[in-house]
Amino acid sequence: MQMLEEYRTKSYRNDLRPPVDANLVKDKTAIVGIGQTAYSRNAERDELDLACEAIKKAVDDAGLTMADIDGLEALTLDRVSMPTLIGSLGIENLRFTSEVSFGGGGACALVMHAAAAVATGAANYVVVYRALNEASGHRYGRGDGYAEYLTAAPTLHYGYYFPYGFLTPLSWAAMYTKRWMHEYGIKLEDTGWYSVVLREYAQNNPDAIFYGKPLTIEGFHESPMISAPLRLYDCCVDTDGAAAVIVTTADRAKDMPHAPVYIAAAAQSSPIETEIQTSYNRPIVAGLPETWYVGQELYRQSGLGPADIDVAQLYDPFSYGAMIQLEELGFCGPGECVDFCLGGDRIRVDGDLPLNTSGGLLSEAYIHGVNLVTEAVRQLRGTAYNQVADAETAIVTAGPGLPTSGLILRK
Amino acid sequence: MTERTLKDKTAIVGIATTDLARDGGRTEYSLACEAVTRAVEDAGLEMADIDGIVKDISDGIDPMYLQKAVGIDNAQYCSDSHWGTSALMTGATAIAAGICNAVVYYRCLNGGSGRRAGNDFRAAREMQDEGLDLLRYDFYSPFGLLTPDGLAAMTARRYLHVHGIDADQVGWIPVVASEYAAKNPDAVFFDEAIGLDDYTRSALRVDPLRDLDCAPGVDGGLAIVLTRADRAKSLRQKAAVVMGVAQGTSTEGELLSNYSRPDIAALPEVRLMGEELFRVAGIDRGDINVAQLDDRYAPYVAMQLEELGFCERGSGVAFCEKGERIRVDGDLPLNTGGGFLGGGFTYGLNVIEAVRQIRGTSSSQVEDAEISLVVSGAGGPADGLILRRD
Amino acid sequence: MPLEYVPGIPILRPYVDPDNKPFWDAVDRHEFVLQRCSNCDVFLQPPRPMCPHCLSMDSLEWVPSAGRGEVYSFVVFEADRMAYPGMKIPYVVVLVEMEEGVRLTANIIDSEPDEVYIGMPVEVTYNSPMEGLTLYQFKKRAS
Repeated sequence: MQMLEEYRTKSYRNDLRPPVDANLVKDKTAIVGIGQTAYSRNAERDELDLACEAIKKAVDDAGLTMADIDGLEALTLDRVSMPTLIGSLGIENLRFTSEVSFGGGGACALVMHAAAAVATGAANYVVVYRALNEASGHRYGRGDGYAEYLTAAPTLHYGYYFPYGFLTPLSWAAMYTKRWMHEYGIKLEDTGWYSVVLREYAQNNPDAIFYGKPLTIEGFHESPMISAPLRLYDCCVDTDGAAAVIVTTADRAKDMPHAPVYIAAAAQSSPIETEIQTSYNRPIVAGLPETWYVGQELYRQSGLGPADIDVAQLYDPFSYGAMIQLEELGFCGPGECVDFCLGGDRIRVDGDLPLNTSGGLLSEAYIHGVNLVTEAVRQLRGTAYNQVADAETAIVTAGPGLPTSGLILRK
Repeated sequence: MTERTLKDKTAIVGIATTDLARDGGRTEYSLACEAVTRAVEDAGLEMADIDGIVKDISDGIDPMYLQKAVGIDNAQYCSDSHWGTSALMTGATAIAAGICNAVVYYRCLNGGSGRRAGNDFRAAREMQDEGLDLLRYDFYSPFGLLTPDGLAAMTARRYLHVHGIDADQVGWIPVVASEYAAKNPDAVFFDEAIGLDDYTRSALRVDPLRDLDCAPGVDGGLAIVLTRADRAKSLRQKAAVVMGVAQGTSTEGELLSNYSRPDIAALPEVRLMGEELFRVAGIDRGDINVAQLDDRYAPYVAMQLEELGFCERGSGVAFCEKGERIRVDGDLPLNTGGGFLGGGFTYGLNVIEAVRQIRGTSSSQVEDAEISLVVSGAGGPADGLILRRD
Repeated sequence: MPLEYVPGIPILRPYVDPDNKPFWDAVDRHEFVLQRCSNCDVFLQPPRPMCPHCLSMDSLEWVPSAGRGEVYSFVVFEADRMAYPGMKIPYVVVLVEMEEGVRLTANIIDSEPDEVYIGMPVEVTYNSPMEGLTLYQFKKRAS
């Protein structure tokens, strides 16, 4: 159990990881296209339809044709049948396909795996996408949506969690959040600023679900308690929609319509004793070791540190999920993230660390984190609705509290 | 700029299977644990050396749960794959890209006693409920065409018709598979070799497919360890260097029900994959010493031989006639462990046999086998590997 | 208000397989056991087919537990959006650190949500939410 010891002592063992100079992803791969559908609460279209639109737009954005695409990366949770999708897009042959499990924890791993494929010549242009009708269709975030977990761990979830009415990812996360608040003495009345700032960002983003619906700190504290300590406005917004990005080599990226957004580091981590939000038998429950490992690996690969990051897109299934990541990624000390967000100035667009500048999963849309990748790309292209001045580096993470992944992107 | 490929970057250094049985009575979790620990031990590695996990999506146990039991500390690359053994390719990209040092692939399936992929109406219903492939369940299942066996039989019928093939002659494929299986203690479905008359007496399952055309389900687990080719030299076993690895898909593709294509008596995914595979490996078909093709359904073996260029279109069944070419001393020893027909339908068994041929440890060893081909996924997205001796 | 169920809505059952059957069989008999590796003298939760420390499949045993522990964390289901429809809200799920060191979740069946706190002493009890189903649960105990 070397890893958990590394986490406990916060001493990352570089010698256990492959040498950075052998890494073919770092600086040698890039994101060259992004696309998305409208984000809504009811798309009235199926997920195949949404996926096709987002992918077509990403391919157009990259200045490519569908015939150039020879790789595809999807989440295992995606309900679109890959052969049907390939047929619908008219792709002649895919030289590389792969899927990533762990739901939102796989959002950045999709890009990482695609990058590994192009870096090793397994494919030239890989599409990464996520399409879901989470708002109107199949809702695994709800108490009646437990079937998604059937294949993952029926013995565990159908024994220790489900019979007790304990069957939503959010309530599983509330359990470790409660412990974290207890250990660090967090006061409920200090929370809420994260949600307020993200809603502010959404007011400038016409694509956001909560565009035109501002939120005050008072409004936050009046919102109903869902599963203490989580209020309604601590939670992400169920969405229908799709987003896609195109990954290729840095060499190919040079001659494409948009300035390349290079992958400066890409990492995934599934530490021992991890479950999907129910990792209660690790020595430390009040923390996110997988996010810490991913952060350490990103910094090791890129040679950058928290102070070098201009803008952050941290996966926020709920507010604390993103805030505790601030601690694990070194943007503040343990137990300090609520203070870090207090009043909101530090995480606004001109603050120390502009955070989830599209509105994030709380206020823009819940496209399982692929929409955080697209926002990071917009920031580095200089085309974001809430543009951070001179943004040159961005960190993106995937779902906290389960095997996760992350990226550092740069201009 | 020279083109970067996956040629010679990685090697298979560890393999293991659990006991394979028609009804093993163990959980898939337990099978996974045993297979993975034994494969790591076979490689001469420690569990601490494993930092990547790849698997097939249909497998029941998530990497997280495997880690809990076998003690893999941190998986820095985890990938699932939908098709065949294509997860091995994702593992190869992870190692070649410098993301991790050693990847374990595992597949553990109670396909004999438990969930039967072939003939279980409930399995088909579950797939419909999961919305995996709405198209299939709109246009096929309402008419009772709802198992893989039925979907494959449609293609097999057309294939035999287009090329005027006598269906009985397909029987040489299971006959030779039974000969190999009888020698392989892992292959539980034939204690002794059968003859062509046994085949023609075998029950018609979904005409024209007979019982002996269809690989049975089996309970068991297997695992494969992949690492960098340069590191493989110092490990316990003779390395099987991955000379080429490739995947292929095609338009109008579905799983086994590719009925909207101009020609359904073909496997374009295998053709495209094969072209890429030989291109990456930089060798010719004639250089292959031994092959493991996907014999989930016997007629698909003949179609793969054609698509891979080992014989002319329509002559795959004739290629196997009387079995001489595909026996151990023939032109192309084929499915030398008994294939899925003899060992049960579990992707990865074919890769393990391909590795054994390189190591020289097959129960039907091809003399001086240096280059070994393995193909998975006939009837849908395809993948393949070319392995060579170091 | 103690834990209450909504009649007519079945409770989701444990998924019992050969790896965890001894645990659920014991619960049926109102006995509480935990999995331990006899080589390493380490308790394992959730149960698994192999010990991750010594990689043995034969050293795993089921040992009786006094079923005592303390609440390590807890959640209260207050909105029906997140709750299971077969259980009346509010209901509490507690994460309990057992004296053996492992942590388990279940409901607390005899306490108001307001009474529950981190560090609260609890012990295992049993209930039967419906015909043919026995669950282990927690109830408060004197420290």
